[in-house]
Amino acid sequence: MTVTDSRQPAAGPGAEVAAIAVTGLVYAFGQTRAVDGIDLTVPAGEVFGLLGPNGAGKTTAIRAMTTLLKVPPGMIRVFGRDVARDRMGVRRLLGYVPQQLSADSGLTGRENVALFARVFDIPRRERAERVAEALEIVGLADVADRMAGTYSGGMVRRLELAQALVTAPRLLILDEPTIGLDPIARTSVWERIDDVRAATGMTVLVTTHYMDEADQYCDQLALMHQGRIRATGTPESLKRDLAAAWHDAGRDAEPTLEDVFRHFADSELLGDQEGGTFRDVRRSRHTASRVG
Amino acid sequence: MSAVPVTPPPVSAEAAPAAPVAPAAPRLLYKPAEVRTGWRVLPTRMAAMCAVEIQKLRHDRTELYTRAIQPALWLLIFGETFTRLRAIPTGGLPYLDYLAPGIIAQSAMFIAIFYGIQIIWERDSGVLTKLLVTPTPRAALVAGKAFAAGVKSVIQAVVVVIIAALLGVALTWNPLKLLGVALAVVLASAFFSCLSICIAGIVLTRDRLMGIGQAITMPLFFGSNALYPVSLMPAWLRVISKGNPLSYEVDALRGLLIGTPSHLPLDFGVLALAALAGIAGASALLGRLAK
Repeated sequence: MTVTDSRQPAAGPGAEVAAIAVTGLVYAFGQTRAVDGIDLTVPAGEVFGLLGPNGAGKTTAIRAMTTLLKVPPGMIRVFGRDVARDRMGVRRLLGYVPQQLSADSGLTGRENVALFARVFDIPRRERAERVAEALEIVGLADVADRMAGTYSGGMVRRLELAQALVTAPRLLILDEPTIGLDPIARTSVWERIDDVRAATGMTVLVTTHYMDEADQYCDQLALMHQGRIRATGTPESLKRDLAAAWHDAGRDAEPTLEDVFRHFADSELLGDQEGGTFRDVRRSRHTASRVG
Repeated sequence: MSAVPVTPPPVSAEAAPAAPVAPAAPRLLYKPAEVRTGWRVLPTRMAAMCAVEIQKLRHDRTELYTRAIQPALWLLIFGETFTRLRAIPTGGLPYLDYLAPGIIAQSAMFIAIFYGIQIIWERDSGVLTKLLVTPTPRAALVAGKAFAAGVKSVIQAVVVVIIAALLGVALTWNPLKLLGVALAVVLASAFFSCLSICIAGIVLTRDRLMGIGQAITMPLFFGSNALYPVSLMPAWLRVISKGNPLSYEVDALRGLLIGTPSHLPLDFGVLALAALAGIAGASALLGRLAK
């Protein structure tokens, strides 16, 4: 809302390339299949939410996308680059904020950000300015020279955001960015993400289990459960579809995203049947809307 | 540079009233960094890691001071006593002079051998995870960390050299020789810190690493020529000492600082090879810490 202007990245050739394209991703830890065959497309420029209960496989999927876990070639592409074949190329495009609060407490905020500017080869002549800009954007300019160990949880999270943003990533991957934060800090983190996205047109992939956040800030969602993607769509379409299913079942209420989430997380108990039906309903609706 | 969007200066007198509190658009953050590849990756990453280590030491010097206590005690108590005892054949040198290079090497090794604890802490806190997602090959990351540990050890060595000089040890002040001392300390620390990272990659927890670190430091120290000439050792220990990089480090330091007969080319060759092998091993095992 604040920094929107004409300087959107040019829609050059390759603008239609998906930020992330996942096909048939499987990842197992020993006998446990944490990710059990997912297909996923994250369009460039969107805020994409990967939702799911604890243990759904979200973090494993993300770690595979960030090259932290080794996967065979052909499973994951980031802006057209295969993560198995071109690790360094993929990493150059990425900003990654892991689930833990991971600032180095023995350094100041500014030094924490500068380290990432350095390891992404930002030339010395623009390093200081970039670092200052990144700190400014996350609202830490005033405390930049304090030790990160003295920061609150919300400040550390914003510092991590600055660490990721200082390299001008095309894809920002956030794993549970607001976990353990108070409501004000949560809003503040999301607003920074929103601002930067609006200004730079970068793609954001975020996992969360706060449904209100997903509803408010994500353009598209994928619901993950037990290693599989159970549903995808915009928050509105997911709610609309469940409303329709409810309506057919004679229940007249306005479902929230939380209801959608619960519907898919619980559908295991009812067997795959219902999930399947629901998906079919949704798919046919999508087809209908596309055709119509 | 051509990709930089042209923006009005952020603080402009005429523009100020027109724009209602819109923060200045972050110009540079739109622009991805130039890609640096090939041989330049390694030195830049090493510089980055060393810079972090120096920044940390600058913020918190307690480690520097507390770490100086042990070598000071070795020189003061052990050194002074054994100088009087004259039990160790040092080839005419005062024992304190003979001991000083050994204590420099030992104190540097003690720092490096527990470097893996920091790596495990970084892994547990997510700092390492984030570094692994940067365009940094693992070997460059490990080499960076190894030489950062070396920087720490060199600072430690300077402290011990000063203590030794205060105790009256006749050290060289030839800058070239001192540079050689720094190089030997850096290479040996790179090896020992990589050894530590290797152990960290295998045991994965701080407690186990502490235990193993403590179990190996004393054999490394006593199984070297740091305290006494190798010629005094029983034959089996001599063999072990031949394979102990610490012995080569001490030999080089003694030759450079005190001027005893030494085998500098062999010493530096072994230390360089050990450092390389350490970096290779630690890079291979770092993946276990990433999981």
